[in-house]
Amino acid sequence: MLKGEQLSFRYSPHHSWVLQDFNIQIAPSEIVGLLGPSGFGKTTVGKLLAGYLAPTSGSVTVEGQPLPTRGSCPVQLVFQHPELAMNPRWRIRQVLAEGQSPAPELLQALSIDSSWLSRWTHELSGGELQRIAVARSLNAHTRYLIADEMTAMLDANTQALIWQAVLDYVRQHEIGMLVISHEAPLLKRVCDRIIHIE
Amino acid sequence: MKLSMPAIANPRSRLQGFSLNNRRSRTLLLIALCLVVLGVLLLGTYLIGQAGLDIALSSRNQPPSFAHPFGTDWLGRDMFSRTLHGLSLSLWIGLLTASVSAVIALAIGTLSATLGGKVDAAITWLIDVALSLPHLVLIILVAFAAGGGVRGLLLAIIITHWMSLARLLRAEVLQLKSSDYVQLSSKLGRSPLWIARHHLLPHLLPQFLVGLILLFPHAILHEAGLTFLGLGLPPEIPAIGIILSESMRYLSAGYWWLAVLPGVVLLMAVQAFDILGQSVRALLDPKTSQG
Repeated sequence: MLKGEQLSFRYSPHHSWVLQDFNIQIAPSEIVGLLGPSGFGKTTVGKLLAGYLAPTSGSVTVEGQPLPTRGSCPVQLVFQHPELAMNPRWRIRQVLAEGQSPAPELLQALSIDSSWLSRWTHELSGGELQRIAVARSLNAHTRYLIADEMTAMLDANTQALIWQAVLDYVRQHEIGMLVISHEAPLLKRVCDRIIHIE
Repeated sequence: MKLSMPAIANPRSRLQGFSLNNRRSRTLLLIALCLVVLGVLLLGTYLIGQAGLDIALSSRNQPPSFAHPFGTDWLGRDMFSRTLHGLSLSLWIGLLTASVSAVIALAIGTLSATLGGKVDAAITWLIDVALSLPHLVLIILVAFAAGGGVRGLLLAIIITHWMSLARLLRAEVLQLKSSDYVQLSSKLGRSPLWIARHHLLPHLLPQFLVGLILLFPHAILHEAGLTFLGLGLPPEIPAIGIILSESMRYLSAGYWWLAVLPGVVLLMAVQAFDILGQSVRALLDPKTSQG
């Protein structure tokens, strides 16, 4: 169980609260949607749960334990912009290797072509890069996946391909998932339940 | 259209895998050319020796000719060998000061960004203060305070040239530290040392190298400027600044070659470093390194 309890966050005491007393629970193999308009702290929730930000008050626990500060994190976050989440000086092979070499079935399900491996990141399209980013984040250690607007900037075909592959993998490996989006139809389609943030 | 042309028109260059229609090859050629020019300037004195530096009063104030490509000065010394000797010294001084300055910049820039807080604020303030003072005035002050001469000159140039590179490297480290891919790397289980080695260093090294190369022309020009003003090297050494400063007195007498030709060679050397820096930058950036 991935639990966020009484989560509050602000950048400094001079700033106003981004998030106050927010509670969330995600069970293994459960897919939860997080819906809300821009600027209501959806991304902050994602970053708090994945350990990118430390909550000002409240706690995040995985199976009753706090998030590890070193080593592979069981909660992985997939960013909206894959091109920012990859070292521009690396080839795709290195980017994938950083995620401890994902399973070949997953690469196949995401239609990742082996000819991409020797390319630079700027030589692939946004959709192709996002598939690489998803494959990297879904490694053997990943227990929970947070998809922050994972397919918001992609065309319908690529969106369908990514969701199909991710949902299959998540169900097979009993991974809990938080889908952050402002698109209600998408969430209704893929999620078991939806939390409205307001 | 342009792509298929060279293969048909000139199959030999295609065979050698080197074509001037390829940007990478052109950049490499430019780098090689610059290195040759700078190599000749740095080591030219070993080839030509001290021969032209002797005083020959019988051949005073001769305009450029085949025997003396840059003419001779008021003591009959060959201006070409004097220029080469002077420039060689200037380049070695530039090399030394720019390298030390760049290493200082790297240390201060990365320290400032990694430690943050008060250390960062203090260093940023120091850089701002140093940059807000007029450059040449600061150099003269430091050179004067250090007692002038070669030691004062080296100290003055080293102390006044690390700021902008330090600021650049600090900003780079800060940006990298907060970038998505570096943060993600630690969530994928990579240690800070691994991240520094695989994410930060490969990104900083080219910046450092380019910064270092682009520091050379500055250092050389300031060395020449300082010596020109009489604060740098002692007058018996054939430095380019001394040559230029002495030659100025003879300009009105119509001996234009004394100042113009060494000046042009100095500009060429500076420009060669500039082109070298830009080319290395283009080559090391993955977005421009190919094709």
